[in-house]
Formats: sequence, structure tokens, C-alpha cells
Amino acid sequence: MTGKAHTSPSTRKGRTSPRGGTGGDGATGGRLDVDALLDDETTHIVVCCGSGGVGKTTTAAALALRAAEKGRSVCVLTIDPARRLAQSMGLTELDNTPRPVTGAALDGGSLDAMMLDMKRTFDEVVEQHATPEKAAQILANPFYVALSSSFAGTQEYMAMEKLGQLHATGRWDLIVVDTPPSRSALDFLDAPDRLSSMLDGRFIKLLLAPAKGPARLISAGFGIVTSALNKILGAQVLTDMQTFIAAFDTLFGGFRQRAEGTYALLQARGTAFVVVAAPEPAAMREASYFVERLAGEQMPLAGLVVNRVHESGADGITAVDAESAAQKLVDGSAGDARTTGELLTIHAERMRVTAREERLKRRFSAAHPGVPTVSVAALAGDVHDLDGLRRIGDLLAGADDA
Amino acid sequence: MAQSTQLHVVTGKGGTGKTTVAAALAMSLAGRGKKVLLCEVEGRQGIAQLFDVPPLPYEERRIAVGLGGGEVYALAIDPEAALLEYLAMYYRLGRAGKALDKFGIIDFATTIAPGVRDVLLTGKVYEAARRRTGGRFTYDAIIMDAPPTGRITRFLNVNSEVAGLAKVGPIRRQADSIMEMMRAPETRVHLVTVLEEMPVQETIDGIAELTSERLPVGHVILNLVRPSVLSEASQDALTSGSLAPASVGSVLAGVGLQRDADVAEALIAGGEAHLERQRLQDAQREILDGCGRPLVELPLLSDGIDLGALFELAEQLEGLR
Repeated sequence: MTGKAHTSPSTRKGRTSPRGGTGGDGATGGRLDVDALLDDETTHIVVCCGSGGVGKTTTAAALALRAAEKGRSVCVLTIDPARRLAQSMGLTELDNTPRPVTGAALDGGSLDAMMLDMKRTFDEVVEQHATPEKAAQILANPFYVALSSSFAGTQEYMAMEKLGQLHATGRWDLIVVDTPPSRSALDFLDAPDRLSSMLDGRFIKLLLAPAKGPARLISAGFGIVTSALNKILGAQVLTDMQTFIAAFDTLFGGFRQRAEGTYALLQARGTAFVVVAAPEPAAMREASYFVERLAGEQMPLAGLVVNRVHESGADGITAVDAESAAQKLVDGSAGDARTTGELLTIHAERMRVTAREERLKRRFSAAHPGVPTVSVAALAGDVHDLDGLRRIGDLLAGADDA
Repeated sequence: MAQSTQLHVVTGKGGTGKTTVAAALAMSLAGRGKKVLLCEVEGRQGIAQLFDVPPLPYEERRIAVGLGGGEVYALAIDPEAALLEYLAMYYRLGRAGKALDKFGIIDFATTIAPGVRDVLLTGKVYEAARRRTGGRFTYDAIIMDAPPTGRITRFLNVNSEVAGLAKVGPIRRQADSIMEMMRAPETRVHLVTVLEEMPVQETIDGIAELTSERLPVGHVILNLVRPSVLSEASQDALTSGSLAPASVGSVLAGVGLQRDADVAEALIAGGEAHLERQRLQDAQREILDGCGRPLVELPLLSDGIDLGALFELAEQLEGLR
């Protein structure tokens, strides 16, 4: 949250230049060329981010399937997929390891999928990096239990931790990550920093001081602080925290290093961020914020995916014309005339929605002219099988929109 | 006698419009002459954007006036400010409060310490819900634009969050009182959903989770419902594929519109997609019919949401009290 100056206005500009975009016209950023991105063998990580409910998981899964069917060896890391989508990818077991997806039309490629188990990932990190005795002590500490299952940033941090682990195995040449539905969609970027600032915090150092023994001069400030904390939290909480931190102390260095490593991995060449949005004011606002933030953090942005966009093949008929004709036809006629009237009512509504969505998209590209964008048409039904994902993949790659 | 005023907690999966519904409910209650406080807890400033006012500070501000003398106040609850306020109010921690800040403890408590953040956010609502002015509750109702369905039970159930941590002490006592309010007869948790598979499933799961924690579930609000446009005859024609593009084309020509085969086919395709969505909607509605909670429907407004739209939606929410 604090500290490290990632943002440097002078370097900001160059890095926003998108990877994987077609030339397009420079002014609008052009269309996001998904196939170029997935075909590019130097693309090793794709991170899908955006606010909740915009179809992030589906987009991540569709990108992963498409890349695998192009012959790449792919792993998709999802956070919280819809039940049927998870089932369609064989994600029925929650064992926190990637499992092969059956049914993908693979031609030399491969597709594995996994769903993140946050607490388990945290436990595994502890088990790997502490002596068995110490690990047991940490895992049983009430403060750890609460921290590993509910700390506002744990899911984000663990998603990044898992990404680092998967990447380190070298088993896949492309990893597609779905990000957690955070209160702020960017929490996962903050997680490493937040962890560092917590571990470096003076408060933690103070808590550690007594455990580190020999009697040392404790500042007057600390006396006030501990007594205040005791008053508010109760003495037992403070003791639990001290025990936890003392036991965890040796792991701190490793944690920070890994957090920083993952952060650097996100900034590195080979990573591409795809911001996902829906054509709604709140989601587009969040997408704007996202794009700015990624630029500020010098994270490589590939472009924006706008999901569930409405369009009509009959756009030669305006909403107003359709509506007035519909009125004439629906009142006092029957058969095909009446049906046509109803179809025109549906069309008019559709044209209104399209116009509103177009306005939102235009506003976005005016504010972020360098960002390649692709729109994915709304499907009538839900996506819950590989065919559905393939269809989304086709739309991502080929929809004639910008 | 009630210890706290009416509390409406509005949750829903991301993208289902829970902020809009919370705001419409506030307008609906204000329309009935009530003084309402609308709170948001996730720092997104969604309320300010809906009502087209500057970002809300940590301060109760009037943002709208209802008919019949009702008023809507709004508050964006910020955990840091809530903590400092709490310390000052209950512990008179002037100097120590500052020391806490200096040692990074405020930051620690509001972002890292498990559960504390949620206790602070709900704690502020608790304070406002019990506050009295001249012998009666300051607000007739409080509406909380709460975290999404997936997190709501954990968020409201601050007690269990804190329980593993603090077995005694003031934080624990505070958590206990908050829980009492959450389970009081004046409180209800409304779930907002759209008629699509995943949000509906989450809603059903959410109801089960809330119920098992004895948290009172109120209405299920079906948002963004698309009205059915097609008559039965038209539905049959589309389903059986008996509607000929040529016939649609000649009707179009008759009212002076474009009649190319492409246009007619696109209109038919649009009708088929509409029908498919209606059927999906109906299937999901049927699932919710069995959830045991009263349902309210809000229509999809194709022009988007503005203040006028909020009034329109508010009318549909008159059954919520």
C-alpha cells in the first residue's frame, strides 16, 4: 500500500503500449488481437482482471482453451468458477493442483485447470518453509487461522503465490490467471506490498521485541500502545499475536522475497494483462481505474475485453422508426404482421441498449486512446461447457468490432 | 422495546445491481415519509455516483428528499475513521490514539488484523442504528449496501470472525452486541439477483448460509428482469420456425421500412434470442419460487439508471418494510 515508488511518470508512457495488439489506428488503440497475443510464444502469463460479475472467469477459461487448441501447453488458474463451468473443465476435486481438462481438441497442446484453495495454499507455504515442529505451531495458532482464512488480502496474495509456484515449475508455457472478485479489483496488486508493509511495520517489530529478549529499552510510546491494545482487544489476543509473529518470524524474509518476485514477474516481458468489463457504467469505470493503475505500476496491458455487448444485424432500422411501426402493427393486427411488430419492439429496445453501450465504450476510448479493445456479443444462454467456451473464444478473436 | 432501528442489509452477486437496489429502497422508504440512512462499506462511492453528488465523506449527509417529508442521508463508512471515532468515543484515547497511528497500528487493524475491519464497518452501522434523538431513533431505517453474496455471511457474522481471536475483552463484547442487532427482528438481509444461472445459484447458497447462522433473510429481489414482448402466437411461430423472412419482409415494406432478407432474418434472430432468454429467465424464476422467500421483480430499464429511474424502481419496492 505504501512505500515503494512504482510510479514514475516519466516511464509510464512507454509501458502502456500494448502487447499483442494489431497495429490498428494509433488514435483509438485498435482492436485487441487475441490470437496474436495467444500465438506469441513469448506470452507466458495472461492475467484477467476486472470487477465482479463481468465474466472474468469465463474469459480466462475461453482464452486458455483457445491457446491450448492452438497447440500451446496451458494452465488456467481460476478463483471461483460457476459450478457448471467448473464441472465442464473437470474441476470437481478441490485438491489445489492443476488437473487435465478432458474434451479439449488438442493438437499437440495441453490444458490443465485448477481452482485456488486459499487456506491450503497458505498452509503449504508454511509447511514448505518451516521445520515440521514450527509449522505445526504456526498452523494451530488462532491468529494464523484467522489470518489465513479471512485476511482481506489473503485470497489475492495466495492467487499470486500460486501463480509464482505454477510458473516456477516450468511445466506450462502459458498460464492464464483469473483474479479474485475483490472489493477493489486491484487488491491483488496491493497484496505483496501490503504484506511487506505489514512485515516491515514498526508494530510487528514492537510485538517481536519482547520475544526477542534480552531486556531492552522499551519506548514510552510502546507502553501506551500495549496498554491501549490490551484494553481494546484483551490481553489474550496480544499474546496470540506475539506467539504467532515470533513463530512466523523466520518465514518473513522468504515471504517478502516471494511477494516481490511475483510482483516482478507481473511486470516482466511475457506477462499480459487483459482487463475485462461489461458495458455498464460501474464496470467501465472500474476498467478505467484498472487501466490507469496498471500503467502506474508499469504492468504490461494487452487490452480491454468488453463482454456481453448487444448488437443487432438490422441496425438500418432506427429505434424510433421501429417503435412507431411496431405500434401500428401490434395494435389491431394478427398473424405475421403482429409478430413482426413484436420483433420490431425487441429490435427498438436492442438499439437503445446498443446506443447506450456504444456511448460508454466511446467514453472509455476517448479517455484511454492507447488501449486496444474487443467486444464480445452477449449470448442468449449461459456458458457451461467447452463448446460455449470455444464460442466465446471465437468471439474474442474474431468479432468485427473495435 | 426495540434496541435498534430497522436495518435493511442489501447484498447480491457482483454486477446484479445491489447498490442500485439499496438506493431505490432508500427512496422507497423516504417516499413513505421515513428518514433513512443509506450506508456503503466498500469504499466504491457507488452511492455518490448514482445520486450524482460529490464523493461522500465519513459524515452523514442528506442526498435526497422523498415525498411526504422523508429524507435520505448517505454515509460512506471508512474503517480508519471508524476506528479513530470508536477509540475516541469509548476509550477517550486522545494521545494514545495518535500513538497507535504512529506505530502503524491503525493501518494494521483496518487492513490486516482479521475480522477487525468488518467489526469496525458493522460497528458504525450498529452505532447509527441505536442512536436516538429526542427519545426516538434518529433514523426510521438504515440501509446497508453490503459486500457481495459470497462474502455476506462472514461479513455479518463478525462474532465468529472475532471469536477465534478474542475470547474476552471489549472487542469481543462489541462483536456480541453487533451480532445481537444482526439477529434482531428489526433486521433483514435482502438478496439481489438477476435471472441467470450463476447468480441464482449463489442466491440459493446465500440464503442457506445466512439461515444456518440465524441471520434473518428478507426478500429476494430479481433485478434487471426483461419484460416478455412476444405473444403466444409469436412464440409458437418462432419455436416452430414457421415464420418466413419473406413474410416479415413484406410486412416491413407495408410500414415503409427496409425489407431486405438480411434485415428480416436479423429481426427473427433477435426474436429467437429474446425467446431463449425469456425461457432461461422463467426457468431461473421457477428455481427461486422454491426458495421460501418472498420475491420482488424490478424491470430492466434500457436507458440505464439515473435519479428518475430510482424513483421508478422505488415504486416497485413498496412491499419491503
